[in-house]
Amino acid sequence: MFNYIYQLVSPGMFSVKYSYEDFDGKLVVRPRYMAICHADQRYYMGQRDAKILRKKLPMALIHECCGEVVYDGTSTYKPGQKVVLIPNVPPDEPIKGVYENYGKGSHFLSSGYDGFMREFVVINPDRTVPFNRISMDVAAICEFVSVGVHAIKRLMEISNRLSGRIGIWGDGSLAYTVCCCLRRLIPKAKVCVIGKNLAKLSQFAFADFTYIVDDLPEDFEVDHAFECAGGEGSFYAIDDIINYINPQGTVMLMGVSENKIPINTRNLMEKGLVFVGSSRSGREDFLTAVNLMEDEKFEKRLCNIIFQDEAVANINDIHRVFKTDLNTPFKTVFEWSI
Amino acid sequence: MIFGAIVAGGIGTRMGISSMPKQFMDLGDKPIVIHTLEKFILCDKIDYICIGVHKDWTVFMDDLLDKYRIKKEKIFIAEGGDDRNNTIMNIIDAIEKKFGEDDSHIIVTHDAVRPFVTLRIIQDNINSALAYGACNTVVSAVDTIVESLDGKTIKSIPDRRKLYQGQTPQSFKMKKLKDLYNSLSQEDKNILTDACKIFLLKNESVNLVNGEISNIKITTVEDYKIAQAMLKGEKIEPDLN
Repeated sequence: MFNYIYQLVSPGMFSVKYSYEDFDGKLVVRPRYMAICHADQRYYMGQRDAKILRKKLPMALIHECCGEVVYDGTSTYKPGQKVVLIPNVPPDEPIKGVYENYGKGSHFLSSGYDGFMREFVVINPDRTVPFNRISMDVAAICEFVSVGVHAIKRLMEISNRLSGRIGIWGDGSLAYTVCCCLRRLIPKAKVCVIGKNLAKLSQFAFADFTYIVDDLPEDFEVDHAFECAGGEGSFYAIDDIINYINPQGTVMLMGVSENKIPINTRNLMEKGLVFVGSSRSGREDFLTAVNLMEDEKFEKRLCNIIFQDEAVANINDIHRVFKTDLNTPFKTVFEWSI
Repeated sequence: MIFGAIVAGGIGTRMGISSMPKQFMDLGDKPIVIHTLEKFILCDKIDYICIGVHKDWTVFMDDLLDKYRIKKEKIFIAEGGDDRNNTIMNIIDAIEKKFGEDDSHIIVTHDAVRPFVTLRIIQDNINSALAYGACNTVVSAVDTIVESLDGKTIKSIPDRRKLYQGQTPQSFKMKKLKDLYNSLSQEDKNILTDACKIFLLKNESVNLVNGEISNIKITTVEDYKIAQAMLKGEKIEPDLN
């Protein structure tokens, strides 16, 4: 079948690639709802290094997506089954001791390879997770939730004292989602959210404590921390974390920055801290994320950070949702009706 | 029930580069009609698909289904007629023989030589036919259209903003289409160029569905070259399967 693939050919410009795809004996999913990630927005706005843009474009954007099975030659699903799509494509042979999302030879759709802005996605059933109860607009951000799940699972593997205080630096979508997941995965922990924006912080009604970043109490301390600020804010967040975290704490780095971030290594070493880079997620994390999202309360919390824009029916609409996303404080989700 | 009707009855030689009907010519690794059929297979709202093929080519069509491992549970072949509308009527006869006559049946008719149709267009057709009884896929006219009666001078230039170019699918309540067609005089039937006109001649309205400029009809060598060009320039992708 001839598939329509909506590629970003240069910042702010889309074009359709018509691609033949054989689906005999394969699973075919129709993308239904999508969410925009900062990474997509950076490509769209041309905020990546020119060399990277030359290397990776043209490319279809979007790696947060759910859809419906329209054909399944693998007999895994029935047509109509709702599934979340996993953008990470691991190497053929799993590497022992290495998570699939870090394995050499793994690919990520929408980073050098076409993302989900397509008419159909022909995909291995192993790269899908079925769901039933979750509404499609919320299921669209499952990848985002799985990234939070992955970071928390790594913290749980590395660290002890998990029943103490855990700090989250950041007040955006990532901080919110990590906070939601922490409540479920480490329920004993006291969760503190440290942000800059009072209005955004007020959304974290389920956190134990919220603080404005420049008004932290003198005796403030945490046992472990998640850095969810990203961008220029990463420097200030990491510096704060090193100052306020207890010795031998674990710091999960999750915010992406285009620039190199100076780190106070003297204090980091004095406290014996563990810094862990955490990025993307794998199938196991998606399974946990779907499981969490099937819970109505969890799903409703996620609804608070979703802005559902009008459906996308043509390329002009794609531009519209990317522009909308610049003006929404949290996640922009849209129906894919092309 | 909802039926796809792929109109592949032509034995035309307009393409000029092949003795084979154009719907059977390869585009990429498969014949054009197979690409078109695959788009209909991926629409789970369609219960069955009937392919209308000239009687000399029905066996060939059946062989193609086998060759390209198309599962036949949902698919059957009907003999085409003398013209497009006759082929559609033959398809309707074949459907009614199998599934009986029913006022609620919907038929989505589509040219076999439009393989770039999208799932969205097919679904919009189904929804529109269910809601309004008849619909035609169109795109806004890009070029100015001029009318000439003698082929030498312009008689009029209609307002382009009101003009659209017709594509397929064209979709209908099947029984109504058949009844209206049968009520036409032979003279009316002779001037029909497409199925929607059957409704218009009987003062029945036909709803518009947005098509795509890329939903081209491959009827000439130039169209064929354009289709080939559309498929070029692919980037190497990881094998996701």
